[in-house]
Amino acid sequence: MSKEKTPRILKIGILRFDPHDPEDVPHMETFEIEESDGMTLYIVLNEIREHHDNSLKFDFVCRAGICGSCSMLVNGRPTLACRTLTSKLDENITLAPLPLFELIGDLSIYTGKWMRNLNEHLETWIHDKENELEVDKLEEKMEPELADEIYELDRCVECGCCVAGCGTIQMRPEFVGAVGLNKIARYHLDPRDKRTNAEYYELIGDEDGVFGCMTLLGCEDVCPKDLPLQSKIAYLRRMMIKTSMKNN
Amino acid sequence: MKQKKIDKTPARLDFTQSVTGLILAIFISAHILFESSILISNEAMYKVTIMFEGYYFFGETYPGIITFFAAAISVIFVVHAAIAVRKFPNNYKQHKVMREHVLRMKHEDTSLWIIQITTGFIMFFIGSVHLYIMMAEPSNIGPFASSFRVVHEHMGPLYFLLLLSVVSHAFIGLYRLAMKWGFMEGKNTKVSRARFKFLMKTMIVIYIIVGSLSLAQYTYIGLTHDFSEVKKYKSKIIDLRAH
Repeated sequence: MSKEKTPRILKIGILRFDPHDPEDVPHMETFEIEESDGMTLYIVLNEIREHHDNSLKFDFVCRAGICGSCSMLVNGRPTLACRTLTSKLDENITLAPLPLFELIGDLSIYTGKWMRNLNEHLETWIHDKENELEVDKLEEKMEPELADEIYELDRCVECGCCVAGCGTIQMRPEFVGAVGLNKIARYHLDPRDKRTNAEYYELIGDEDGVFGCMTLLGCEDVCPKDLPLQSKIAYLRRMMIKTSMKNN
Repeated sequence: MKQKKIDKTPARLDFTQSVTGLILAIFISAHILFESSILISNEAMYKVTIMFEGYYFFGETYPGIITFFAAAISVIFVVHAAIAVRKFPNNYKQHKVMREHVLRMKHEDTSLWIIQITTGFIMFFIGSVHLYIMMAEPSNIGPFASSFRVVHEHMGPLYFLLLLSVVSHAFIGLYRLAMKWGFMEGKNTKVSRARFKFLMKTMIVIYIIVGSLSLAQYTYIGLTHDFSEVKKYKSKIIDLRAH
């Protein structure tokens, strides 16, 4: 009989701050949690809230990497807490809220507001002036390969990891980031969206758009959904250059 | 249908930054290799020198060609610097936020950018010095003339710093160009990226080794050669008055 290993004691340092409490200042608080099999950071956070401090704020909905709510900085890198196994990490783990987004408190951030703003700015919906009101009409058929390609990009859950992982947007918050560019790439692929390349250029053909990207590739490396961000941004860049050369 | 005119400047700036960077990177990789001909022999380096002065095309040497090349590279260099500088952190806040981001993320490609910014900044100054000397003294290139400059005109340390800066800047830049434009992107982009990154690191190491060895050889010649009589190398085979 093999001896059972004693579980590790994880030291979870959390950056805590309540922006609504004028007395509060950002500070680190460390909790000690006994590791269990298959433990994720999402489970850790629930343990802390149940047994240590019920005032800890963090976001979650699906606990399975689908909703994108539990994004946070784990040891300085943005990722989803529910998809991070503690067994892959050191005993000392630091957690902090994603930068750039509005802080609700502790690890909880308001990504929705930021994303809505972005979507409105980039108009991330199908534009088709002729068929705008014909909701009863059957949609045109699409090749399965193309549908797959669009679906691939549609898997974005707006978790904000690419935004927090992007050096460019840290310096220049007006930059649309990989999440925005990925959405434009998605609508550009879609034959139902009738926007011309020049119209897309109007949206992303400047330094807040694709030409602002410095190709630091933080987005590509932290995206929890493994979206092909580097390749899609390169594609948009080529397309926007061609558009600028053609239009007189 | 009448369309609104699009502002093409951001596209042109981005494209020009990439193209000028590409030209400079190709130029520098050839430059360092030609320079390293000193490792073969003095004669080999001499032949390379007079080739660029047009000897094998015109039967005579015209150092003015070097001035022309140096001027052309200077123009591209200035254009590239002027465009690329808009990506620099331009106030303390941006500098601080980027520094914190780099230290927090510990992400290789983001950290490489810091190297590019730093080496780019260094080259504003030392790159300009080198280019100006080449424009002003085009005929003082050769196994002995260059060695004299390295040792007795104290250009050695500057050249070494320039070598480190330009090699890292150029190959990191080429890697980033490939990522930026999706150059030779394979089906699996993660694999092609890893290959490009490996190539980048290998080239940096090779070029720094080759460049340092050449510089060491010029230093050796500079220290051991007697410059009191003739500074210039004399070929046994090719007889020219200009050198």
